[in-house]
Amino acid sequence: MADQTAVSDREQKILGIIETARGKRAKFRDKQINMSHGAGGKATQSLIEGLLVSAFGGETLTEMGDAGAVIVDGVELAMTTDSYVVKPLRFPGGSIGELAVNGTCNDLAVSGARPVALTLSLILEEGLDAEILRQEVEAIARTALEAGVEIVGGDTKVVERGYCDGMYICTTGVGQRDARARLSPSSLRPGDRILLSGSVGEHGTAIMLARNLFDLDASIESDTCSLWPAVDALFEAVGPDLRCLRDATRGGVASVLNELARSSSVAMLVREGAVPVDPAVAGASEILGIDPMYVANEGKFVAFVAPEAAERALEVLRQVDGCEDAAEIGEVRTAPPGMVLVETSFGGRRVMDQLVGDPLPRIC
Amino acid sequence: MKYVDEYRDADLGQALAGEILSLVEPGRHYKFMEVCGGHTHSIYKYGVDDLLPANVELVHGPGCPVCVIPMGRVDDGIALAHEEGVIFTCFGDMMRVPGSDGSLLEAKAAGADIRMVYSPLDALRIAKQNPDREVVFFAIGFETTAPSTALTLKRARAEGVPNFSVMCSHVTIVPPLRALLESPDLRLDGFVGPGHVATVVGARPFEFIPADYGKPIVVAGFEPLDILHAITMILRQLGDGRCEVENQYARVVPYEGNQRALEVMAEVFELRPHFEWRGLGFISHSGLKLSQAYADLDAEVRFSVPGVRVADPKACQCGEVLKGVIKPWECKVFGTACTPERPIGTCMVSSEGACAAYYNYGRFAREREVV
Repeated sequence: MADQTAVSDREQKILGIIETARGKRAKFRDKQINMSHGAGGKATQSLIEGLLVSAFGGETLTEMGDAGAVIVDGVELAMTTDSYVVKPLRFPGGSIGELAVNGTCNDLAVSGARPVALTLSLILEEGLDAEILRQEVEAIARTALEAGVEIVGGDTKVVERGYCDGMYICTTGVGQRDARARLSPSSLRPGDRILLSGSVGEHGTAIMLARNLFDLDASIESDTCSLWPAVDALFEAVGPDLRCLRDATRGGVASVLNELARSSSVAMLVREGAVPVDPAVAGASEILGIDPMYVANEGKFVAFVAPEAAERALEVLRQVDGCEDAAEIGEVRTAPPGMVLVETSFGGRRVMDQLVGDPLPRIC
Repeated sequence: MKYVDEYRDADLGQALAGEILSLVEPGRHYKFMEVCGGHTHSIYKYGVDDLLPANVELVHGPGCPVCVIPMGRVDDGIALAHEEGVIFTCFGDMMRVPGSDGSLLEAKAAGADIRMVYSPLDALRIAKQNPDREVVFFAIGFETTAPSTALTLKRARAEGVPNFSVMCSHVTIVPPLRALLESPDLRLDGFVGPGHVATVVGARPFEFIPADYGKPIVVAGFEPLDILHAITMILRQLGDGRCEVENQYARVVPYEGNQRALEVMAEVFELRPHFEWRGLGFISHSGLKLSQAYADLDAEVRFSVPGVRVADPKACQCGEVLKGVIKPWECKVFGTACTPERPIGTCMVSSEGACAAYYNYGRFAREREVV
């Protein structure tokens, strides 16, 4: 058994090498952009951290929140921007116009800012049916009214047929920092509770089915909606006890948890059985071999709350329209730092890792 | 979900875990190989490992159809995809597998028309929609997926679709298992048999494992209870001194297999003299190509495929890892030259491969052992 010790030393050393490699900021080394750079996983991270943040790297950007803080004459504002390239333009439960308003407003809301104003850029493809455009403009106007934001400026560009897919939209949002809470992605502490504002995976699944790639029929609708009412309710009830909020869009809840575990150097434990999933989404995910925790949402957020305030937060959240299924899904732990662990419903444990590429169905 | 949740019941899982604990001999270390990547996936997804005593170890086998495709084969596919007028179609999992100079995903970014499909029939449909283009389907997988490729080829023939062809990289399960079993340093006590493959070939082809090599094998389903149940069955065989093929997955697997699927395969495919496996090298009669009757639909006949041969780096020890001779970290290139971002061998390619799993979760697994 003397052999055993030697092996262990070697193993220790190798694990050390891996740990060091992991801890390093992601580098951007790829020769070309491929689809995985847009999927929200490791490749996206290498693009953002390795190329963008390192090039522009101000203090605000390095925090990598959903929106950046801007202070003008003592007034705290939040700014964010997002582009929308969804295919198809219309899908069950929503359309690109609704997404373009809600998505940007939600980035402001989960950064602790009440959305105030948006600018709107439209990139239109030659040949786009004017009726489709008109419908989307109406959808944008309606959604902005509902979200309480004003469209204060914009731009239009038209490109030749084939150079864009119908229409792309970019919106930039400004919000006013809400004094009731101080949110930060590096503020998580062991013991904090992880709350989820509702069931996961609906938006991504609805889009996937709307593309008609599979002979699957299910009544699954995108969950796109404004998150401000829910955030507002939380701020009012437990503001000082809120650590951080994140909307679980591209890459799903799993990606949000991984990002925050890394930025706060904590571990997380998620109880799989506690995660609300609509039965239709669960069924579709099962057939397609996808984990709903990695599927995009457009109207759900993850909240990290001090343990003593978790119960109250959940109670308040469940009274908000669309958050009836809100649940406590786990807690923040100390070790192993940077990792998200899952207690499976079956009684085992596993690591919920960062996404490597798109969540593609398995072939067997 | 009805008919699914029943096989994921946590209480029954605990009961089986208790049974396994009562069946193991204290002081004896058991190594069982789950042959199929689907099992590896379930074990990982449900945390089945956690319910096993420390002296029962599961070794991930060579049954991930994506990871076993050698670099040269990926390079060939990429070369074909770059041919003028070709639409190259493949399963999504295949897109990220690295060749010697990038993956299909990167080739797509570089301008090749590569499309992800969910079934070979989708590829055939693309061919019918694009009559002025040549559509090639990159067929991979064990006997599980081979029948659907075969049926697609039959349909292409029946419908006379002239612009459709298949680059056949189908493999068979028995030869790599025999190759593993032939090695004198094998350290395995039994096998969890591949349930999906067995739905096609049946359980009978695995009889050589107990007969020639004296190891028990239990063909198993893919739900967590199936896997635990199969492990109890292997342990019982070992305890009773029996050694045979048992079928835990009888609700799906007929002992004699699916005759119609086998007939279609026999008509459309023939065995290659040898086929290269990533990490395992050349194995005789382990790969399928299109039969003479279907040669006109064979992309390797229709196009000039370079036939790239990229040797696995000498230092790669995937074979030893698969045989359970060494642990991932004992491989010379593990964690240095071979990482999940730049994998060399089969065990690092898929996130379910033994080395990739260890790379990502090794620290956690060790802590689990201490707890």
